[in-house]
Amino acid sequence: MPEDVNKYLPLSKPKIGISGKTGSWRIFAPEINYEKCVKCHICVVVCPEASILLEDDRPKIDYDYCKGCGVCARECPVGAITMRRER
Amino acid sequence: MSGRRVIIDTGNSAVAYAVKDAEVKVIAAYPITPQTTIVEKIAQFIEYGQMDAKMIRVESEHSAMAAIIGSEAMGVRSFTATSSHGLALMHEMLWYASNARLPVVMAVANRTMGPPWNIWADWGDAMADRDIGWIMSWAANNQEVYDFTLISYRVAEDKRIVLPAMVNLEAFVLTHTSMPFEICGEETREYLPEYDPVWKLDPDDPIIMGNLFSPADTMKLRWDMWESMERAKKVIAEAIREYNERFNRNYEGLIKTYKMDDADYAILSMGTIGEEAEVATDVLREEGLKVGTVRINFFRPFPREDIIKTLNGVSKVIIFERSSSIGASGQIMQDLGQSLLLEKMQLDVNDVFIGIGGTDVSYEDIVNVVKKAIKGDLAPLYWYGSEGW
Ligand code: SF4
Ligand code: SF4
Repeated sequence: MPEDVNKYLPLSKPKIGISGKTGSWRIFAPEINYEKCVKCHICVVVCPEASILLEDDRPKIDYDYCKGCGVCARECPVGAITMRRER
Repeated sequence: MSGRRVIIDTGNSAVAYAVKDAEVKVIAAYPITPQTTIVEKIAQFIEYGQMDAKMIRVESEHSAMAAIIGSEAMGVRSFTATSSHGLALMHEMLWYASNARLPVVMAVANRTMGPPWNIWADWGDAMADRDIGWIMSWAANNQEVYDFTLISYRVAEDKRIVLPAMVNLEAFVLTHTSMPFEICGEETREYLPEYDPVWKLDPDDPIIMGNLFSPADTMKLRWDMWESMERAKKVIAEAIREYNERFNRNYEGLIKTYKMDDADYAILSMGTIGEEAEVATDVLREEGLKVGTVRINFFRPFPREDIIKTLNGVSKVIIFERSSSIGASGQIMQDLGQSLLLEKMQLDVNDVFIGIGGTDVSYEDIVNVVKKAIKGDLAPLYWYGSEGW
């Protein structure tokens, strides 16, 4: 981030949760069946919210920010992710 | 090969030499007549190992501008060139360059917008982009093409400015016409030091460009651009002064005046028509008419103060424009109008549309019109030759 620049610039610093916990927008929640998961990490890459993180090589959903779009469930090649209605 | 020397070449080559001497590192462009030979020449410099740069071939002008916005955002001096419909296709991306404060430089070979298909000179392509926050210069000969390109980089990258710059050269009249001009080679290094960006994308310190901003913060961004463009009047004058000293030129500043000291009547124009008007001025002077010429070198920022100062004492201004804002007047007329209002000055003005669609403009045409205007025989808004249509 530029400092000591006497200018207004259209720049901002990425920060987790700057707009609040967007997981509250969710209607369907993804759930990973780890018995089926083959750790291909496709879901990690496709999640538009970057809300699937890796924990010991296993995908783990960050429900604070997952908006429940269902892209991960759709893209998982082995059908390890299912969408469950939350409300 | 590397020092200062005079060569005989086209306006498009002049741009290419300036880009080479500015040590531009990334060029992205899509071919369009009459711009194409600019990037062909640059590609040749790169292929011959005379220039260390990357040429990105893209599928459209929109992508060309997007590509150099990307490279400039990585802190790399970048360039593109286009014309007419290519410039129109870039329109959206032009806003990204200026609003993101990326000081790219672009050459625009001014060409008529179609239909009808017409590859000849007209300022209308660039005029449609005059409100975006780009610095805009208009060259009248190949020396100016070369010099204004270098001066544009210097001003655009100046930390007090940080706005992109467009160098305009008229189709064929300059782009494909050979004339002698001096190139400065490696001597430009001190004038134009390595690019030191005010912001850049850095994977180790990630930032977001162009995220959602509040209306109030956005307004501050626009104000900052406004202030920077106002400041550019001073910075351009400084950059020109230093250029004159280093390379032995004698540019006056944002405008060029000719025989204005005792003038009763002023011709106001830009580019090659502005230079032709100097010949007309000499002819009219020989006939005893006290005429002078004011040529706008930099149209953005509009040199309001300089123009008003030189027009003080003049009884009539005759503007010659190679474009029109259909339904209003010419673009120079509009800016002269705002200048007069702001400076609380009144003047008798004729706005003449001439050279539209690439029609030739000779000093004789200008002489005829000026004589009619002085006699009071000319409509305030006049299309040259229209009485016979
Ligand atoms: S449902 Fe959508 S937002 Fe949530 S983890 Fe899957 S891809 Fe990401
Ligand atoms: S896409 Fe499916 S299989 Fe691959 S890591 Fe994610 S949950 Fe596991």
